[in-house]
Amino acid sequence: MKRELLTVKSNRKLNESVFELVLTGASPMRAGQFAELTAEGFFLRRPISLARYEDGEAVFLIRIAGAGTAKMSLLEAGQTVDALTCLGNGFDVSANAPLLIGGGIGCAPLYQLAREFGAKGVRPVAVLGFRTAAEAYYLDEFAAVADVTVATDDGSLGVRGNALDAVRAANIRFDRYYACGPAVMLRALAVGLGNGQLSLEARMGCGFGACMGCSIKTVSGFKRVCKEGPVFEASEILWE
Amino acid sequence: MNLSVDFLGYKMKNPVAAASGTFGFGYEFAEFYDINVLGSLSLKGTTKEARYGNPLPRIAECPSGLINAIGLQNPGVEKVISEEIPRLATVYDGKVIANVGGHSVEEYVYTASRFNDCDKVFAIELNISCPNVKGGGMAFGTDAKIAQSLVYSVKKIVKKPLMVKLSPNVTDIADMARAVADGGADAVSLINTLVGMRIDLRTRKPVIAVGKGGFSGPAVFPVAVRMVNEVCKAVSLPVMGMGGISSAEDVLEMMMAGATAVQVGAANLVNPYACKEIIEALPAAMERYGIRDLKDIVGACR
Repeated sequence: MKRELLTVKSNRKLNESVFELVLTGASPMRAGQFAELTAEGFFLRRPISLARYEDGEAVFLIRIAGAGTAKMSLLEAGQTVDALTCLGNGFDVSANAPLLIGGGIGCAPLYQLAREFGAKGVRPVAVLGFRTAAEAYYLDEFAAVADVTVATDDGSLGVRGNALDAVRAANIRFDRYYACGPAVMLRALAVGLGNGQLSLEARMGCGFGACMGCSIKTVSGFKRVCKEGPVFEASEILWE
Repeated sequence: MNLSVDFLGYKMKNPVAAASGTFGFGYEFAEFYDINVLGSLSLKGTTKEARYGNPLPRIAECPSGLINAIGLQNPGVEKVISEEIPRLATVYDGKVIANVGGHSVEEYVYTASRFNDCDKVFAIELNISCPNVKGGGMAFGTDAKIAQSLVYSVKKIVKKPLMVKLSPNVTDIADMARAVADGGADAVSLINTLVGMRIDLRTRKPVIAVGKGGFSGPAVFPVAVRMVNEVCKAVSLPVMGMGGISSAEDVLEMMMAGATAVQVGAANLVNPYACKEIIEALPAAMERYGIRDLKDIVGACR
């Protein structure tokens, strides 16, 4: 973990609910890690997954979920953001034929993961699920680094259905999957696809292991989403 | 300039301790800085058996603070003594406070007395005010007679100095302080969190899974100062003051209210360097207000 004062390089809306915040001055982070970003006027920081990192530049794709993230969506170039960076464990990037599965804002960390696979000469398959076409984002960026299948709940873009439906319909060959999205989706993947790596989301107090606000039950005891996670083996999670 | 204070026979190099539940078992923070700068720290609330705590979500945001409902997650007293404290000892030379929770008199007595031979611990902080544990916890902290009898039972067995952590969720906290003093407490610490609740407008349900939790952070600081002041006037025991402290000035204010030492809690969660920064800022703040020795200002505001 590092505490860093980052500078906003750019901030733009990707759709009605998701914005792309580009921050400079960040220490190196890897796919699956997250940062705790300050929202001005709010007590707790917001835990946000890394979507891309390159040469001190960290990109965060943020869904406006409440007043704090709405405030962050108004940040302008040149402003600073007090951040705790390099939090969490990250994905393992070990597969030879990786399948990335994202749901909603959970697609964001998979973009950096696809880039890291690309750096190893591996082009992953990515199945990106959204509720509707208007909520999709970063499709061109993903297409540059992965073979992409899009699924929407209402069929307005790509195949109709959820990400797991799309994985099955496309009959994708893979040796390991990596997923991030709503808990209900991750649980369905753990049941339907067996073991893989899941990046979990949780309301956090601190983000660095002190408050026990985000502990989950696993086969090897209690683990903190922020510290031992947010990436867990699907097989180790004891679902509530 | 003297920052050191004596608390229950232990010389703290400065009056700032990290508060229980916001600092893990200490070694987590040693990744960020040398925690030997601390006056002391109060360990994560410990019970007889390991506890997972409450379902998620356990955290809700508030203006200038947060609500937590962790539910005393901890590995149980045996592991705390055999694993957590030895690990802490590799990064911290000073002595610490063991925070003890429970559901019954027997459990409190058992857990507190397990620290009898633990050299690393200079005092027990009896948590009779956790709002997040059903069927115990706070019941001990909101009924003066029950509190007094619990303290009496623990004091008979425990060898370490006994500090009792008081709940602000009472009509008259001075009454509670008098009750635990009569029960044999050597010190009191206050305030624990205030019971609070947030509601999600979309789901129309509480944000916290178990409905409510403990509210802390800078927002509660004025309440804490008032209660510390009332308790100091009511009893002659040393007081460890806490509740929303986030700056060196807050430390001075809490000590003027009557606290001999303080704990910093919620501030650690948004700034892992909070305790270190507050301690480093103390000499300049003392200089600004003409304070040579911190002991001189304890209870200065009567």
